[in-house]
Amino acid sequence: MAETRAPAARPLSPHLQVYRLTLTMVMSGFHRISGFGLYFGTILLAWWLMAAASGPNGYARFEWFAGSLIGRLILFGYTWALIHHTLGGIRHLIWDTGRGFGAQQREWLAAATIIGSIVLTVVVWVIGYLAMGGSR
Amino acid sequence: MSDIAPKHFRTPLARVRGRGAARSGTHEFWLQRVTSVAGIPLTIMAVFIVILLLGRNQAAVAQILGAPLVAVIMLLFIICTVIHMKIGMQEILVDYVPDESMKLTLLLANTFFCWIVGLIATYAILKMSFGV
Repeated sequence: MAETRAPAARPLSPHLQVYRLTLTMVMSGFHRISGFGLYFGTILLAWWLMAAASGPNGYARFEWFAGSLIGRLILFGYTWALIHHTLGGIRHLIWDTGRGFGAQQREWLAAATIIGSIVLTVVVWVIGYLAMGGSR
Repeated sequence: MSDIAPKHFRTPLARVRGRGAARSGTHEFWLQRVTSVAGIPLTIMAVFIVILLLGRNQAAVAQILGAPLVAVIMLLFIICTVIHMKIGMQEILVDYVPDESMKLTLLLANTFFCWIVGLIATYAILKMSFGV
């Protein structure tokens, strides 16, 4: 690559803006965005584990953050991103086997990913609140 | 290629077969699939463990996280996640960062971030497990 000359200025191929937005396109974006979010969410995972390992004071600080409104919003988003990325990953693994590319199949898979992730996130949080014995 | 004098004896075909200086082009693609397959059961188990620990005090949380089976599941979840997210972020960076020096800086930061987060989480689990 080092010896190649700079390419002549040529028109670029059209990008996202020229296409009609489809559900599969949006889900493709969501998969990457949720992965990006989860990346930074691991800071919370590491903090939680370190707090639990460090002792009652450290754990109380984490619990204060996790119990705050901002903390709960972030954790809710983290839960959704985790579940959405997992379901999206299953969809990609199905595609890796060469299946699920039909017009109806891919629409169905895209819809299942987003509906499934929202439903499962709510279910996990309801179970979570029940496990804690009602709201805190 | 044909109109310039060859600089070495290797033919273009041999260079293609050798896949250049990188030697391999599919290692990370495959590793991303391996960690995504492993990630499915590990994520389900990790979510289950977190639900189990909600509302418990620090001593109880540390005791459960340090229990052998729970600790091993969490360690697998952490290692699998960290490998997967390093490759994922690397993919995002090479896609969206055109500037070469900025890209290298961010790729370096990505490596450091994943190692640090992974090691902190791993250390915490081991500390609770070995009770030191």
